[in-house]
Amino acid sequence: MTEWQPVILSIKVASMSLVLVSISGIVLAYWLRRKDFSAKPLVEALFIMPLVLPPVVTGFLLLLLIGKQGPVGRLLTDIFHTQIIFTPYAAVLAGAVVAFPLMYQSAKAAFQGVDTTLEDAARTLGASEWRVFWTVTIPLAWPGLVAGLVLSFSRALGEFGATIMVAGNIPGKTQTLPLAIYFAAESNDLTMAGFYVLIISVITFSAIYGLNTWARSHNGAWPDKGLF
Amino acid sequence: MLQVNIKKELPGFTLDVQFSVENNIAVLFGPSGCGKTTTLRCIAGLIKPDAGEIINNGKILFSSELQTFIPANQRRVSYMFQEYALFPHLNVKKNIWYGVKSHNQIAEKLYKQLLELLQIEHLTERFTNKLSGGEKQRVALARALMAEPEILLLDEPLSALDEETRCQLQIELKRMQKLWNIPFILVTHDRNEAKALGDKVIYLA
Repeated sequence: MTEWQPVILSIKVASMSLVLVSISGIVLAYWLRRKDFSAKPLVEALFIMPLVLPPVVTGFLLLLLIGKQGPVGRLLTDIFHTQIIFTPYAAVLAGAVVAFPLMYQSAKAAFQGVDTTLEDAARTLGASEWRVFWTVTIPLAWPGLVAGLVLSFSRALGEFGATIMVAGNIPGKTQTLPLAIYFAAESNDLTMAGFYVLIISVITFSAIYGLNTWARSHNGAWPDKGLF
Repeated sequence: MLQVNIKKELPGFTLDVQFSVENNIAVLFGPSGCGKTTTLRCIAGLIKPDAGEIINNGKILFSSELQTFIPANQRRVSYMFQEYALFPHLNVKKNIWYGVKSHNQIAEKLYKQLLELLQIEHLTERFTNKLSGGEKQRVALARALMAEPEILLLDEPLSALDEETRCQLQIELKRMQKLWNIPFILVTHDRNEAKALGDKVIYLA
């Protein structure tokens, strides 16, 4: 029998990761855009670490942080009387952490591509910083931001190493698609594994293909070639 | 009357300018890199001078002594950038309306008047990448005036245009200034343009 539960859970987890990543990635990239301080290269190097570290290492570090004895774990116990370790929320966190560098880098490049003269023009026309951000910066950075969102979602959807470290493999509770594929393959259920492989491939391919088609069809100042 | 008296440390030299402008066209003239654009940016509030003051009709826009700095969006100083800086994601109509605070009948009337004066009625639905240099210049001028500025700054407004369009737009700029009766401060490195347009020419060395 086909089990849809991992599919639904994965989409939920990746979507929640995407919300966390999009807000933090866009806000940080925008905020750091014109800041110049001596520790900036260090800060940005730390932001990129989850991209280059083996996911299992990222997972291990997260485990230290949110485990029952970890600083965040203790804080959660003391204040909220709860734990997120080995829950779907830990999977959300793992997905967000590994996807964050992709969102940050995409947003950074997208904001760097926005002509600051246009923002200045908006200011001299009476626009507040808030209005400049929403009516000039975001629309002009939009193609790059969307590319970042798609990459981040796909990355969070496929996360394995960090997820298994902090969320475990609890069927029906924390078993996401990549975990389901691994354990189905391991127990020699190749039909089930193949089915999940097909689903995850279709989702990520559709996202990238859809984005490319959208970017191509968009007229005006936006790129007329694909983004990837 | 606009009074400008500012100092600003720039790479290699210190910009130090004093001048005042009545309701006419003042031209800031000088070689490249002498701080003309920096002066405009200071008046617009896009950068902060190190010292001095900028006062428009008694309203202090900047004063190092009083530690006053009115941000660009509250100065009512419109700025026409060298490459016009039209928003590429908006059509001509939305570009022109960008600086309007309240969409009322007065604004609607001003909009119609500007379209007619600048002969750009037929362009309103176009995106800015489908405009010629002269058309962009006109749209940028309409957008700047639509915000009902108290001062209009123009950075090399004619330098990107061919000879014929340039002569035509020189006449147009003079006419618009007479109609609006606010100070136009224009930057150029072209001596003939400075002479042709300026009621007053300020040399920056």
